[in-house]
Amino acid sequence: MLNRYPLWKYLLILLVLVVGVLYALPNLYPADPAVQISGASGSDTVTATDMKQARAALDDAGIGVQSSSLDNNTGLIRLRDGDKQLQARDVISDALGQDFVAALNLADSTPGWLRAIGAQPMKLGLDLRGGVHFLLQVDMDAALQQRLDVNASAMRETLRNERIRYRDNQVEDRSIRFTFASEEDLEQAEQLFRQQYDNFNFEQSQQGRAQTLTMSLTQQAVSDIQDYAVNQNLTTLRNRVNELGVSEPLVQRQGPSRIVVELPGIQDTAEAKRVVGATANLEFRLEAAGDTPAEEQESFRFRNDSSRSAALQKDVIITGDRVSSASTSFDQNGRPQVNINLDGAGGSKMTRISRDNIGRNMAVLYIQHKSRTRTVMEDGEQVEQRDTYTTRRIISLATIQSTLGNQFRITGLDSPTEARELSLLLRSGSLAAPIYFAQERTIGPSLGQQNIDRGIMSVLVGAALLLVFMVIRYKAFGLIANAALTINLTLLIAAMSLLGATLTLPGIAGIVLTLGMAVDANVLIYERIREELRGRASVQQAIHNGYDRAFTSILDANITTLLVAVILFSIGSGPVKGFAVTLSLGIITSVFTGVFVSRAITNLTIGGKPLKKLWI
Amino acid sequence: MPQIDFMGKRRIAYAVSLLLLIVALGSLAIQHLNLGLDFTGGTLVEVRYDTPPELDQVRSTLSTAGYSNFSVQTFGSPSEIMVRLQQSYDQSIGNQVTQTLGADGESVDLVRAEFVGAQVGDQLRDQSGLGLLVALGIVSLYVAFRFQYKFALGVLLSLGHDVVILLGVFSLFRIDFDLTVLAAVLAVIGYSLNDTIIVYDRIRENIRKSRTTDMAAIYNDAINQTLARTLSTSGTTLLVLFALFFLGGDMIHGFSLALIIGVVLGTFSSVYVAAALLLVFGLQRADLIPAKKENAEDDELP
Repeated sequence: MLNRYPLWKYLLILLVLVVGVLYALPNLYPADPAVQISGASGSDTVTATDMKQARAALDDAGIGVQSSSLDNNTGLIRLRDGDKQLQARDVISDALGQDFVAALNLADSTPGWLRAIGAQPMKLGLDLRGGVHFLLQVDMDAALQQRLDVNASAMRETLRNERIRYRDNQVEDRSIRFTFASEEDLEQAEQLFRQQYDNFNFEQSQQGRAQTLTMSLTQQAVSDIQDYAVNQNLTTLRNRVNELGVSEPLVQRQGPSRIVVELPGIQDTAEAKRVVGATANLEFRLEAAGDTPAEEQESFRFRNDSSRSAALQKDVIITGDRVSSASTSFDQNGRPQVNINLDGAGGSKMTRISRDNIGRNMAVLYIQHKSRTRTVMEDGEQVEQRDTYTTRRIISLATIQSTLGNQFRITGLDSPTEARELSLLLRSGSLAAPIYFAQERTIGPSLGQQNIDRGIMSVLVGAALLLVFMVIRYKAFGLIANAALTINLTLLIAAMSLLGATLTLPGIAGIVLTLGMAVDANVLIYERIREELRGRASVQQAIHNGYDRAFTSILDANITTLLVAVILFSIGSGPVKGFAVTLSLGIITSVFTGVFVSRAITNLTIGGKPLKKLWI
Repeated sequence: MPQIDFMGKRRIAYAVSLLLLIVALGSLAIQHLNLGLDFTGGTLVEVRYDTPPELDQVRSTLSTAGYSNFSVQTFGSPSEIMVRLQQSYDQSIGNQVTQTLGADGESVDLVRAEFVGAQVGDQLRDQSGLGLLVALGIVSLYVAFRFQYKFALGVLLSLGHDVVILLGVFSLFRIDFDLTVLAAVLAVIGYSLNDTIIVYDRIRENIRKSRTTDMAAIYNDAINQTLARTLSTSGTTLLVLFALFFLGGDMIHGFSLALIIGVVLGTFSSVYVAAALLLVFGLQRADLIPAKKENAEDDELP
């Protein structure tokens, strides 16, 4: 029979609808203002006692708490009143001290049964919630130059040690050049270097009596160094951003040499920039021996166990600036270790001092310059005040087994995690290459809220206008189209929530535009049905043909538009990407609802009935 | 069903199109696009006053404070001011400008501060231009594959027509062309394409069905048959776009404006440019219903 769907089609469509509604639902629950508490470093864990302490402090300050939870070492305290959020953060961080980071957060209030099936609300983009956006450019030439300088100084030292005399040494244009007085020296040097360095192309040339050895970085080495520079900077920046106590920060590589940092909720760009550009450092020192005079000793606590401390010599062997790279690996017995590479000067100093002190302990000291902001009441106004402080903690204390060169390793670590953390800290001490700010945006919270309100308003008004238009133009079928349109909006929101897409202002515009264009499928079909009716087709035949013949047009039109949306996605950045995602998803959902859902409703209500006239 | 002789009046439409294209190209050549911060690089500070300030006052305050090479304009409401500076970025520029403007006791709040490095802007400009071309190319390929190459040419020219005129309008009226407007231009391509495909689809169907060789009559029929749909869809899209334009806020003003112009252009071009061009290209029944003989002819084509 015409215009009847088999049962399984109805069920399938029903299933999609139910799933769509379920996953769109979390967006209806408003987010709670909350304060998130986490440990300042991996070793500090948040315990139930800490949470009790924080709640007691909030009670004392008269700030209403809705609920609190502790999950994965992160505490979350939901507040009743959004205006008290800033105050609550300060109260908590004063109560818990420096080992914890308290951050503002908007906790989603999705009920547990929805979260259990993985449903969550859409994330809001920076333009909707306010915050800071940085685009950082990593200076690649400087990264290469640094590495070449380090290599050149190590090579010079090798030549000195081997008593090979060179006349001149230059570093330029991705290559290192040595000039020798005799061919014999050159041959000898090249042989040495070839053994030690495998990332150079070697080339000899002669000019008069000068013998020149040019070592240029291989293409592979250049891209390795650049990758390393960006990745290390990413790690460093992530660590630093975590220091800021922002919830859901974004630190991401963009393209070959850029890094995006997004800090929702932060308003003070200057502060964010100070912290992102902050310096942390390392010092290598010998442990004080029995005969070390008291005035040459200093006592420091351990980072992962603050009850332990050790007395170290005041003399610093080298600082973290001398670490050129650090990585983790395992020794022959499968125990984790951290491999450290020092630059030339650092290496030779380390060699000299470790040679004379085999059997003694050497400590690695982690120094951090941190700052913390508090809001204090001053003359009846809230004023942000910043305290800067420096922490020095021992991260490793190990026995010197043998003379250390510019490559050595730190063993005696408890776990691979600890090793990874140490090498990460060693690396994050300094940036691999200079960075500069290529782009930055600050969006005030009032603008964000305004954007949300305006966006929702225009979606609602646009949708209302559409619904009215469709009913006026297509009567009963207009109602079917409207049902399809509503389902379309629901499915679109569900799909965006499910994919974890970020809703931006252009994204909202995309939703509005999608709604406007989504009715196109129904318009096409209904105009076809009208045409068929004019052509004296029977009612059921007209409906059947209308849907059938409009289908190729709908398909072609939407596939081409989808192509454009995909291109938009691949070339766009930031807000444009958001728009493209919405547009693409919208095209898919609108074909589904416009063709299949509206057909199902039509079939279910009037399909197969002996109607004489259609109210279209 | 209306029976309007679209093809008969096509010369008028050609004239209008040509005029618009000349004006658009002329404006683009002479005063270029008023590129926004995203593309030029520079610094932008937006502040909000409690009471609407005098723009001249704001300008003189800024010049006295030592700023040069800046532009001041209202953004949305008269109490919101947007200051654009070409100077290099200073991390606290937003607060500096706010403080300078609020120095004589007025209440001024920083709404947003943005900075785009010149290099990023350049790269974005190149990438966007490339993106536009790639979009046009891929879409034409798809149409050539699904229809025939004459249709693809028609699509390409009518889309180019829309984009050039749209850019021309932005250039002529010195409207800021930023990243969101670019997104709108690409969306217009999508929309106009949608419209054109619907008309082409009908033309193809009618050519296959009918035996007449009067192509103008076939095109007229197809356009008239799809006219109700074309107007309905343009109508619904324009409805929501006007909602967006009036209610969506200043940050997407340019975006919605570009789409509104684009939808009107796209509707016009799908009727006149796209269909009428098929007449110019001399589309034949044989192009769509290949017989052995026609295939032999095709092979001789360059």
